[in-house]
This record gives sequence, structure tokens and C-alpha cells, in this order.
Amino acid sequence: MKKIQLIVSLLFVSVVNAQSLTDGQLRGSIEIDAQTYRHDSLIGAPAVPEKMGLNSFAQLDYTNGKISAGIRYEAYENALQGYDARYNGQGIANKYLRFADSTIDVTVGDFYEQFGSGLILRSYWQYQLGVDNSIDGVRLKYNICKGISVKGVIGHQRYYWGEGAGIVRGVDGEINLNELIPHWDTIKTKIILGGSFVSNYQVPDNTTYNVPGNVGATAGRISINNGGFSFYSEYAYKINDPSVVNNYIYKPGQAFLLRTGYSTKGFSFSVSGESMDNMSFKSDRTATKNDLDINYLPTLPRDETYQLAQIYPYATQPNGEMGVDAELRYTLPKESVLGGKYGTELDAEVSAINALDTTNLNDLNTNRLGYSVNYFGVNSEIYFNNTTIELKHKFSPKFRMILQYVDEAYNKDVIQQEVGYQIVHCNIGIFDGYYRIASSNTLHFEFQELLTKQDQGNWAFGMAEMNFGSNWFAGLLDEYNYGNPIANQQIHYYTITGGYTKNALRVSLGYGKTRSGILCVGGVCRQIPASDGFSLSLTESF
Amino acid sequence: MRQYRIAIALLFCGAYLCAYSQDMKGNKVPAVAIKTMNGILSNTSKFSNNGKPMVIDFWATWCVPCIMELNAIADKYDYWQKETGVKMIIVSVDTVHNTTTVSSFVKNKGWRYDVYLDPDKSFQEAMKVMDTPCTFVVDGSGKIVWMHNSYNEGDEDKVFEELKKITAK
Repeated sequence: MKKIQLIVSLLFVSVVNAQSLTDGQLRGSIEIDAQTYRHDSLIGAPAVPEKMGLNSFAQLDYTNGKISAGIRYEAYENALQGYDARYNGQGIANKYLRFADSTIDVTVGDFYEQFGSGLILRSYWQYQLGVDNSIDGVRLKYNICKGISVKGVIGHQRYYWGEGAGIVRGVDGEINLNELIPHWDTIKTKIILGGSFVSNYQVPDNTTYNVPGNVGATAGRISINNGGFSFYSEYAYKINDPSVVNNYIYKPGQAFLLRTGYSTKGFSFSVSGESMDNMSFKSDRTATKNDLDINYLPTLPRDETYQLAQIYPYATQPNGEMGVDAELRYTLPKESVLGGKYGTELDAEVSAINALDTTNLNDLNTNRLGYSVNYFGVNSEIYFNNTTIELKHKFSPKFRMILQYVDEAYNKDVIQQEVGYQIVHCNIGIFDGYYRIASSNTLHFEFQELLTKQDQGNWAFGMAEMNFGSNWFAGLLDEYNYGNPIANQQIHYYTITGGYTKNALRVSLGYGKTRSGILCVGGVCRQIPASDGFSLSLTESF
Repeated sequence: MRQYRIAIALLFCGAYLCAYSQDMKGNKVPAVAIKTMNGILSNTSKFSNNGKPMVIDFWATWCVPCIMELNAIADKYDYWQKETGVKMIIVSVDTVHNTTTVSSFVKNKGWRYDVYLDPDKSFQEAMKVMDTPCTFVVDGSGKIVWMHNSYNEGDEDKVFEELKKITAK
């Protein structure tokens, strides 16, 4: 507590003197999200005793020359439904002091960091998901010479209003060959190499298993670019890390990523592949869900933008998965027969993610390695198959549209950890239109339909949103589960919303019903319970 | 504890009013190390355009209004440059694993913007960007003179108006 008060005091002194320090800059941001809750047994909205929830934060950063400091105050009174109740309360969630010049960058306090793709270290804050695994400790970044940089971190991760049990230590180095080697800065091929090592120490206090106190992970990566060609690959290895997530098996973890592609104006093609095996890496072996993740396992499919396509989003499976993804983009030129006056954009993406090809070793009473993996085999168990085709066309300066078709197979049992759904097959059609009525009035409208014979059956979605001038907006949307096999579950989830936006200020007020489901960002997800009530959102920065 | 919370609340209110009264748009672009698409580190405080204005736009490949805005500006970019000498700097907040996607996306679009990657969102946080798209107009001395969140059809014309105001001075 003394440390916090000291930093806050330092910041306060800086702020008070801000006007007298010509180079000092003060920046801040505020967000408030509130929701009222009405019990609605039909949609499954629970009775919430406090009747409303509120998530909010205010961030303040002060920079003067090479020194910067900041704090973030968070308040959850109580946390919105779907966020972990352990956030309930308020206080300073993040504070730091930093010195940075062109050679050295030192941070003391809470910070976010990522090595490579994050396969062995990524601390980040995703407010929408309720994820904050910041590291409270010390970070040092050092540019040894042009083309070579290293960074090191040490500290404990945030765990709601406390800190995780483990001490996270990590180093990362990166070499940009084109900057390092004389005369290579002019050659067309750009090559970057990187490597990192991360270790977590937690007292080995498990009474059942002989667990390692130190768990180490290492990763190497390479990036090559030449004109329109790009290539990125990363491999990570983690030693045995028995934990609740992997049922205390002693098998080492591995992850492999590969992305390559070619692009030129009007055309691009990319292919990605990945294999993840037992790569959950947390700073507490008893942690579950999104708690205390040291690393981040990226997902191949893109984040879905449209409402009905978000009903079945993919979540990365840390215990194991193997997948490929290919995407083709092509622009039919302007003033051509098919492209029309303004050109037409086509986009096709195919993703296939299956379980790893494993063999159960039946050794849970002996070595506890759990299973072996054939990395060159393909397991027939589908996790996620998706084909998306999108067409964008502008008809005139007033009217443009996006058409999208999605064919999806979704293993709901695995991805949402449910029982009895197995593979849900669905087809989704989307029409997204923008019509400019006047110079600053635009009507945005969407029609979507999801067809499936499984789970909750067919859905339809309609939305109309109007912008009045440059500051005001109002919208009405309805998500209708018309194909639900249970007659009284054929429900309209309607929402009416309106708001005001100017510069960095955005205020919106809504009323309506929200269906239950999961929200995913980059393969990391949280549950969204059904709700019925008013919502208020305010964001501002300065 | 109650006094402590009140002090924090007052601190934020005071800081906000202090900053607001000084004109929030007078700040310089903060110094953050971000990378180009070729992986070269660059300090954002060194963004410059020989005394002419710049537009800094935060976007992502999955953000539909972001793409609409950047496409709309691309159609008018030649005229904007001729009239104001502006340089467009676009900062992708896609996660690291999408780096190759950003590169191919931009090349496919044929955008002639300076492209930077901010996968850990350090520049986004330093600029207090709450959502994408978020557009900043920066004058020739490196000071932020205008900013706007979100995008509706025609909003790019407001950006151009701000650019003309700067260059008319």
C-alpha cells in the first residue's frame, strides 16, 4: 500500500506542476458501462439482487520528457453479469513509473508485454472480456545497437484485486538483419529473427503430485518479407507443467505457427497453419478459465463482425488443436464490367480446425504423460470448419453494400464445454447496407439469417441505425430465434439504442433483451448471460 | 479508506479539468516505439511531414467502418495531398498473429499510406484511443488539432476541412 501511495503522490505532484512544465502532457480516458437487470425466466435472465451492475475505469497518464507515470482506477459496483464477481469493488488496479529514451526503457509497476506472437508470454488488458493479466514488477528494454534489441520482465500477474502466486521471469531478443548488417538495409528481402525464454516459479506445494516449482518455456521466430511475399513462423516448447487445466499430466507442451502469403494491388492470398499441444501456461497451476494466463494462443479464423455469425465463435483450445486457414482477396477493377464504376471486392476464407491426432497412454497411475501425438496425422474430430465468402460493392456515392455467406460446422461440446450438442452445422446469409440520405445523414441497415437444424434452430436479425448530423445516432435491432424447436423459446431479442458522439466523447443509452452466449476476441472468450434492461455506456478521453 | 478514495476521485476530476482547460487538442504525439510492416522500430514522436499536416488513423483489418473510412480517403488522397500536402499514417491494432494479414491487406487495397503496427496497443493507449476507427489531425509542428471517434459516410470531409484550416493559417 505504501508503494501505491508513493507513486500516486509522485504522480499527483507532477500533475499539480503540469502547467509550469512546458513539455509535460497529461492524458486520460474514462469509460463507464452500466446495465439494469430485470428477471426474465423466458430468456433465462437471472434475478440479480442488486438490480444493476457497473463496470468503469479512469486512466490518467502524465509524461514529461523521458519520464512518465500513470494510474488506472477501476470500479465494479457490482461487476456486470458475465464478468467474474471477484472484480466486485474498486481501487487502483494499475500504476507505473517509466523512464524511456532511445536506448533504454525501464518500467516499474504494472505493465503489459508480449514476446513474438505471445505463444509463451503475452500480458494484456481486454476490458470487454474482463481479462487483465498485467505484470506487477520491473521491465527493461534495451537497444544494444541498431538492429538488436532485448527486453526482460519479472513480476507477479494481476489476479482480480490481488496478485498470482507465481513469479514470472522472461527475456526476449530480436535481431533485424537488415538493420544490423552493413548495406543490407537496401536489399529487398527483410529478415527478422527472435527468441525468448519465460519461466514461472510457484512453490511446489501440491500434496498429491510432485510438481515442478520452476516451469520454463522457450520460443523462436522468423519473419521474412520480400515485396509482396511474406512469411512468419514461430515454434514454442514448454517443459512439463502439470496443472488443473491439463489434469496434472507431465507431458511437455508445444506450439507451432506458420503464416505465409503473397499480395499485390487488387489481389492477395495467404495460408496459415498451427498446431497447439498442451500449451496452457499460467502463473498458478490451480488457475482456470482466463485467469493468470502467461501466454496467448492465437486463433486462425478472423473475429466475426456480424451478430448472427457471433453465435458460434471459435475459442482456442489450449489442450490441443491443429488447423489451417486460407484466404483469398480479389478486387474487380473500377470501370470494368463486373467491377462497376467503383470496383467490387471479393473475399473468400476457409478455416479447418480439428483435434490433435493423439493416442491415450493410459498411464495416469504411472508416468502421467497422458497421451502421445502424431503431429503429421489428422484427427477426424472436427472442432471448427468455416467457409466465408464476402462481396463488397459500391453502387453510387450514396449506396454501398456488403454481402456475406458463411458455412460453418461448430463443435459446441468442445468449444463451449457443453454436453449433448456435438457438431452444429449452420449457414448464415448477411446483407449489410449503407445509404447516405444527406451529406451527414446515413442509414445503416442489416438483414441476417442463420439456418440450422440443431441447437436453437434458425435465427433472423434485422437492424436499422440512423446517424443524424455528425453527432447523434439512433438504432433499432431485433434478433429473432424463430426456428427454436421449443415454441415458447421463439423469442424476439429486440434492442433500441441512441446516443451522442463528439470528438472523443461517446454516450449511448439502450433498452432491450440480450440472448445468452459467449463473446470471443481473438479466440479468448467469456460467457454472456441473458439480460433484460437498460444499458448506459460512456467513453471519453483527453 | 474512504478518504483515500475521495482523494483519488478528486485527483482525476482535477486532472481532467486541468487538461481540458488547457485545450486537450494541444498535445503533441506521445513517444512510443512501434514497428513498420518491415519490422523496423520507429518512435511515434518522430512522425513528421516537413512542416505539413498529418492524419493518424487507428484501424484494424476486421473493423468495417475503418475500412470504409480508409477507402474513402484513398479515393480523395491525391487531391488532399495536392491541396494540403497531408501524409496519412495508419496504425493497425490487429494482434501480432495478424501481422502478415495487415501487410497483404494493405497491399491488396493499394493504399499509399505509411503503415505501422501496434499489436500490443501501446500507442493506442498512449493516444487514449477507446475504439476504432479513431482519427487524429496533427499540424505541421506535431500537435494534435482535431480528433474523432467512429466513422459515418462523409466524415472524411470533416477531416479535409480541418486540414484546410491548418494549411490556410
